[in-house]
Amino acid sequence: MTGIVVEGLNKSFGSFRAVADVSFEAEEGKITAILGPSGSGKSTVLRMIAGLERPDTGRISLAGEEQTNAPVQERRVGFVFQHYALFRHMTVRQNVAFGLRVRKVGKDETVKRVDELLRLVQLAPWADRYPDQLSGGQRQRVALARALAPRPTVLLLDEPFGALDARVRQDLRRWLDDLHSELGVTSLLVTHDQEEALELANEVVVMHQGRVEQVGTPDDVYNRPATRFVAGFVGAANVLEGRMDGGRVRVADGWTSGDGGDDLAEGVRVHAYVRPHQISIAGEQTRLGSTSAVIERITNLGWASKLRLRLTDGQDLTADVSNDELPVPPVGEGDRVHLDLRNAKVFEVEDRPGHYAGVGANGAAPESADGGSAEPAIVA
Amino acid sequence: MSARTAAPPVAPNATAPRSDAAILRRRRLIHGSLTGIALVYAAVLLIAPLAGIIWAAIKAGGHAWVETFSQPDVRHAFYLTLIITATTVVVTAVLGVVVALMLARDPFPGRALVSAFVDLPLAVSPVIVGLACVLMFGTGGWFKPWFDAHGIQIIFALPSMVLVTIFICIPFVIREVAPLLGELGTEEEEAARTLGASSLQTFFKVTLPNIRWALLYGIALTTARAIGEIGAVLVVSGQITGHTETATLFILRAFDEGRDAQGYIVATTLALVSVLLLSGIEILKHRGERKLAS
Repeated sequence: MTGIVVEGLNKSFGSFRAVADVSFEAEEGKITAILGPSGSGKSTVLRMIAGLERPDTGRISLAGEEQTNAPVQERRVGFVFQHYALFRHMTVRQNVAFGLRVRKVGKDETVKRVDELLRLVQLAPWADRYPDQLSGGQRQRVALARALAPRPTVLLLDEPFGALDARVRQDLRRWLDDLHSELGVTSLLVTHDQEEALELANEVVVMHQGRVEQVGTPDDVYNRPATRFVAGFVGAANVLEGRMDGGRVRVADGWTSGDGGDDLAEGVRVHAYVRPHQISIAGEQTRLGSTSAVIERITNLGWASKLRLRLTDGQDLTADVSNDELPVPPVGEGDRVHLDLRNAKVFEVEDRPGHYAGVGANGAAPESADGGSAEPAIVA
Repeated sequence: MSARTAAPPVAPNATAPRSDAAILRRRRLIHGSLTGIALVYAAVLLIAPLAGIIWAAIKAGGHAWVETFSQPDVRHAFYLTLIITATTVVVTAVLGVVVALMLARDPFPGRALVSAFVDLPLAVSPVIVGLACVLMFGTGGWFKPWFDAHGIQIIFALPSMVLVTIFICIPFVIREVAPLLGELGTEEEEAARTLGASSLQTFFKVTLPNIRWALLYGIALTTARAIGEIGAVLVVSGQITGHTETATLFILRAFDEGRDAQGYIVATTLALVSVLLLSGIEILKHRGERKLAS
């Protein structure tokens, strides 16, 4: 393994345990994303890999070399900060040249390399501007060119698009994807934006409260979440309360379809995570054991409709249904419909009054995905 | 959106415009009188005395200037002021930046205490600073035996004069630089480190350029203060003419001995140096900012 290898990292700030026993590998030449909410320790992990923070215990190796205690300036990492961190008293050109200048690269070679990078990030016409004369998107491209100039072995990106508005973020994301396929530098991206992680990364490391919840492909973490946290955090999901009944999950007056929860005992209370787009709606009962619900509200989004539904036991849920797949004849608010709750992810509820701190399917640490509320809710 | 924009509905209130105008008039009046007070204040307390001194110095005539500056003790006084000021600037600038970095970056225990002590020289009368110095280095002072044994004269000599001036000037660079360092944050420095820069390279190529205007401004204030210092120096120097007499001490003696014109001339020279220094910094800073903005 010649990418980034992290083994058993721990880091505390005072009594706060920011990073707890984190291990993962980022494959050479690929983009790996660390995905998690703010305060999950993901940026601390990145800063430890860069050497900006010292781990309490654990090992870090970059490109096959142990670097746990190496000084920052010797690690050959490219680091891109959320707020760009450009040198404000230097022009774009001087910023990009900085890493070459401090490494005593020859003048001709520096000029050549800087020109090459400015072309790559499409900023050649702005070479003599100062950072405060550029837009946010341009500044982040300068930061990227600056990080890449000394040919780093790994590229570390800390919420690189976090300070930009949605439109620019979209453009830059696509642009970064293209750039990466051109350069093929091992990249580790920290983000709280699941869409960004799923779109850009070959592999996703989901972190929560300092721990790794799951490591897998975007498909894995989205469709086969290992813990209830991942099920709730990656993609939107309805959290429905039910119980095991005949080896299946009973919710209100029906059962969810699909598998999951096979290992759970009969009668155990469970939470079923059902994605809004994995709910089918029929005007009449076409399938034995489907769940019935009343439509509370329909919002047309153009290509699809968002339905707010209420089950017979009073639980609310949201369904996103393509307008082509709405029942014929049409249904409206107040009508009773039949639901197929597909692909439910099932996690046991641990009975503890006040909040549920359920143990996930794989025995992960007790952590509530939706802030400890006992009410089933939609988590996005 | 339609081409014509509808006017927002206005409440039918006929008296509204008139009272608005009245409020505006009153506001202008208040604003005007406040500006007037500020101008009179500045004129009476800042400009008038300075102008008076300059006028007195000009009135003395060219020959008085030549006569004043041809005296060896006047020249020596200026030389002494220059030495003291230069030493003070170098020491307070270097140590000031170090202390400012500590205050802004290291959450060490007792930081609040150090921060409070930095301002002490501003609160304590220079005469008391001078007395404290005499207490430590003068006859019967704590450190006197040691320095005597090594043949080093502190009190009534240059070392004590430099020492008290440095003490009085400690706050200026620190108070200019520390808040800016806090505001700048550490991201640029971290970026430099990841790009392969050592701590020294990071300081000289990233940190120092970012604080250069604050540092220069602190140095200008330090210079002005060091040139003008008299209280503490008066106590520790012994005022030995041609030996431990600075430019400000000369002014004091000139008036004592009834040579008012010479006093005015030296005072004008010192004032001009300070004013030129401060305005020079302002101009440089402006030019620097214009270069950035263009």
